[in-house]
Amino acid sequence: MGWTGKVLRVNLTNGTVQSEPLNMDWAQQYLGQRGLATKYLVEEIDAQCDPLGPDNKLIFATGPLTGTCASTGGRYSVITKGPLTNAIACSNSGGYFGAELKFAGWDMVILEGKSPKPVYLCVTDDKAELLDASDIWGTSVWKTDEWIKAKHQDPMMHVATIGISGENGVLYSAIVNDLHRAAGRSGVGAVMGSKNLKAFAVRGTKGVKVRDGRAFMKATNDGKQVLAENAVTGSGLPTYGTQVLMNAINEAGASPTRNSREVQFEGAHDISAEAMATPRSTDGEKNLQTNQACFACTIACGRISKIDEKHFTVVNKPEYWHSSGGLEYEAAWALGNNTGVNDLEALTYAQFICNEQGLDPISLGATISAAMELFELGLITTEQTGGIDLKFGNAEALVKCTELTGKAEGFGKELGLGSARLCAKYGRPDLSMSVKGQEFPAYDARGIQGMGLTYATSNRGACHLRSYTVASEMLGIPEKTDPLVTEGKAGLVKAFQDATAAVDSAGICVFTTFAWTLEDIAPQVDAAVEGGWTPDKMLEVGERIWNMERMFNHRAGFTGKDDMLPPRLMKEAAQTGPAKGLVSGLDKMLPEYYQLRGWTADGVPTTETLSRLAV
Amino acid sequence: MKYVILGAGPAGVTAAETLRNVDPTATITMIGGEPEPPYSRMALPYLIYGKVGEDGTYLRQDPKHYDDQRIRYIQGRAGGIDSRAKKLSLSTGEVLDYDKLLIATGANPIMPPIPGSNLEGVETCWTLEDARQILKYADKDSPVVLVGAGFIGSIILEALYLRGCKITVVELAPRMVARMMDETAGGMLGRWCESKGVKVLTNTRVDSLAKGEEGQPRLQVGFSNGESAPADLVVLAVGVRSNTGFLVGSGVKTNTGIVVDNYLQTTAPDIYAAGDCCEGIDISTGKPDMLAIQPVAVEHGRIAALNMAGHKHHHRGSLNMNVLDTMGLISSSFGLWQGAQVGETAKLVDEDNFKYMKLEFEGDKLVGAQCVGMTDHVGMLRGLIQTGFSLGEWKDKLLVSPERLREAYLAVAHAHPTTGPMAPHINTPRVGNHAGASGH
Amino acid sequence: MLKALVIDAGKCTACKQCEMACSLENEGEFNVAKSRIRVFDFHTEARFVPYTCTQCAEAWCQQACPVNAITTDGMGVKVVHDNLCVGCKVCTIACPFGTVNYNASTGKVIKCDLCGGEPACSDACPTGAITYQDVEQGGFDKMKVWATQSANATTTEGPNTPKAGQASGTGH
Repeated sequence: MGWTGKVLRVNLTNGTVQSEPLNMDWAQQYLGQRGLATKYLVEEIDAQCDPLGPDNKLIFATGPLTGTCASTGGRYSVITKGPLTNAIACSNSGGYFGAELKFAGWDMVILEGKSPKPVYLCVTDDKAELLDASDIWGTSVWKTDEWIKAKHQDPMMHVATIGISGENGVLYSAIVNDLHRAAGRSGVGAVMGSKNLKAFAVRGTKGVKVRDGRAFMKATNDGKQVLAENAVTGSGLPTYGTQVLMNAINEAGASPTRNSREVQFEGAHDISAEAMATPRSTDGEKNLQTNQACFACTIACGRISKIDEKHFTVVNKPEYWHSSGGLEYEAAWALGNNTGVNDLEALTYAQFICNEQGLDPISLGATISAAMELFELGLITTEQTGGIDLKFGNAEALVKCTELTGKAEGFGKELGLGSARLCAKYGRPDLSMSVKGQEFPAYDARGIQGMGLTYATSNRGACHLRSYTVASEMLGIPEKTDPLVTEGKAGLVKAFQDATAAVDSAGICVFTTFAWTLEDIAPQVDAAVEGGWTPDKMLEVGERIWNMERMFNHRAGFTGKDDMLPPRLMKEAAQTGPAKGLVSGLDKMLPEYYQLRGWTADGVPTTETLSRLAV
Repeated sequence: MKYVILGAGPAGVTAAETLRNVDPTATITMIGGEPEPPYSRMALPYLIYGKVGEDGTYLRQDPKHYDDQRIRYIQGRAGGIDSRAKKLSLSTGEVLDYDKLLIATGANPIMPPIPGSNLEGVETCWTLEDARQILKYADKDSPVVLVGAGFIGSIILEALYLRGCKITVVELAPRMVARMMDETAGGMLGRWCESKGVKVLTNTRVDSLAKGEEGQPRLQVGFSNGESAPADLVVLAVGVRSNTGFLVGSGVKTNTGIVVDNYLQTTAPDIYAAGDCCEGIDISTGKPDMLAIQPVAVEHGRIAALNMAGHKHHHRGSLNMNVLDTMGLISSSFGLWQGAQVGETAKLVDEDNFKYMKLEFEGDKLVGAQCVGMTDHVGMLRGLIQTGFSLGEWKDKLLVSPERLREAYLAVAHAHPTTGPMAPHINTPRVGNHAGASGH
Repeated sequence: MLKALVIDAGKCTACKQCEMACSLENEGEFNVAKSRIRVFDFHTEARFVPYTCTQCAEAWCQQACPVNAITTDGMGVKVVHDNLCVGCKVCTIACPFGTVNYNASTGKVIKCDLCGGEPACSDACPTGAITYQDVEQGGFDKMKVWATQSANATTTEGPNTPKAGQASGTGH
């Protein structure tokens, strides 16, 4: 009920598969997906292991609401030790893959070891096989998807796969499912590639049942009503997508620009949601073709775009003259504002390549942006770039770098290291806009103070999705706080972190929390599975997960010193906008945060905290 | 008007009902050749393995149905037809006057000339009575020899398998279902059967049937390869031929079946024919052929009835198609599954997983198809073949990825929003159109 | 009052709530593989198309059934009777729309029956891409056409369809 109660364990070294029962005690403590799979991971691997070695494991996990009619109930996560960060990695994706995995009868798939040759995992209900992938090794996500469906004669199959970047160890390579939805961050694709696992194809016909059907329909219908009536989830996101934020964040002076040297981008409007929805002067068509929902999602924020066929990026490439997953806000920012490129079509093309080759556009854009700064400083020259004139604002350079990184060729190999390693290599580690090795996304910690603490303390390295205080600081959800002050942010971040950990463990999308609180979510979870799931229990589970992740990182070698933002954000004040004159007040927030968490002054969870939470 | 319908299978019953619908005052007599309510031969396999009882094979469930429709249903076999005097004489001695006569006498199983085929326990599987006999002899674990692995044989095969019999199937052709599917598909079915414990002997003939030894199964079956096998039951399913013997001297011309024109009228005045007994037009070839399948019988029955009642209906032709479940492996074939004379073929073969799909194109139109292990939305194949829609760029996509058939269908059907996918099919009068629904 | 499913593919986001509602209603579980309505994803064309039985007047499925297991109800809906269906699958190849499918787990065929007049798919659709509407306007026109053809004394219906005046809701 809700859970299928089954885990598939795949040993890639031996080529064996076996089914085992889900640990139901852990399910009660960690709910599912992010929490439950992380529990399995921390119990099963050495935190010090090489993330790209055979001792690391890769877990695909669904939540109890995955594969149900709960709105957005189609999510899955990939949990592993991340090669970009050496910390816990947990990347969440939508599309249809997660629900299909659940329909095949599996809560979770644990992949261990390393295959001696390229293989793909094919799961059809109870049947799981490792099959030869030599024909698709070295091909893109899109080719692999097509090949597998043809091979199995089943267009209803759903495929999660890596592109060439993942095979070649690009440290922020993604696992892409359904052509353009991705478990994007922290390099989970590189882990998959290191195991010689090209793809994971699944077809399920077994169905999902819930504990109390009547209560479930009531709770999920109530939830859908709340989403429909909310301005963000009912109107803003479906109409504009996440790109609804582009102009707003820029106007708030919180849009990191040209590697965070600035906080506002003069070209933001050219690459905004409004621009996507306006007919192009060139061909009269709109970049945005339609919006698409992920499985069970009643919000439907996904963008489906088409590039101008005459644009320089695709003019001789008819294979890109079709619609596909277009720009979301984070990608538009990373590839646009952060590199100074305001060419919407070029950004869309770069996004297509990220989907086609399996790249995290946030880390890619931020790494290119760091490389651009190094180039302008003369630390990188055309000798390294292979002739690319890597100046801020150069759309052709952005596109070329994206293509090279997607295939891990030429200068793309260096870009594939991520900004932290790249900047260290060229002697300016301070120019990497990252925390724990992972690049931060589209919110400047000077203009939205809570996000500084969010980035610094995120267990998977800098990330907006671990505690999206933007909701409170910019949009007033659940209540408005002042983005420019540090007071109260420690508590805000902790509350968001714990609640988000629970949401990420339930099988639903964190975007629901623009409208939903745990008061809306708990009844849906409770009707789906046994265990008396109240908002309080969910919050407790969330806090337990957070501390478990923190302890894993602690064992992996991270300390409080790693809860640190790049010096630029701490020292160079914003020059324009509402945050003019401000730097991040992380130093003011962090001690209070540790205290609220029940951690030592060095950021380690105390014994009391761990025993209170039964971690 | 006096309508007489000779035959009470799907063609006959459909014709009778159609006549009643369009001619409320007519006298309608329907003659069945067996002492049973009108039933479906197709349902017999399901009776054999117990999925339904005898009443589950009936074409209409309500026992009063024919009375309610004022259709006089009598039993008897045709004696002879005097087409000039418009009289039909029955084996019972009764003579019926008609204004219009429909011959829907179906087909009979072919009896192979094997010595001993009159022995107890040697049965065809064609009538309800045959099925009752089979039920007597086919117990769980009974050794059974099935002669013929064509379409009908293969359906019987499944029924015997599900009944728990130990089956040897003998087929003269080099593969199973040779007249429905190609070597690849037939080979897959053969391997599938073997994997289920069925012994499949292709390129093999049954040479002799003899009584078994004392204490041994009832029969001993000798094969052309020199081997022999004991059997409690031998089922003969080597094919059927049109049931037309009684027409000698009637003025109704026959080839392999009754010759009919595009209105399903025979060469004799006021006599029509429908179903397995006649050679209707095959829409794929435009030529007459006997397509012994249920949907064609029904189509014939309705069109013949409309023409008998004076509503001229041109029969454009029927599509040959079959679907078969062989112990869980489902296969189907449509139209020119052997391929067009000049055309292209899209093919997907997955021997390991018993999956096969083959599409045959002529120009940019689909003209035939075969599938093994694929059932979802399979009717779309009929839709595309029968409408003859131009597939345009989708043909090229299908040549690369035949499994995208369903997308292709929707894409093409949507390109014809006002007509609907079956609009070119003019046999059947239509009510309005399909507007307001999806898929057009 | 005659009603029909009206599908506006332009509003579909491919969320598959319809498929889940359908499978829950008919199978008692969330199982899109057994939904009677299916959303087709024309990814490269940015188009999503919900697709199900049109309850067509021709009733190819009904005519092909050897045991009368598919009948037309008073609203023109073609309904599969599980107690009669033997699972022969002939209707699945006969339906030129491909909207009758075989369910291997029950050994019967499944098709849309409009949930007996309260289609779960349209209730669940969050965007109005699937609506269940009175077809008063269009329906009246169709009835006129039907009546004209009936006056010409041909029938359009299969062997089990109700008589004139009763079945004019077909064709949706």
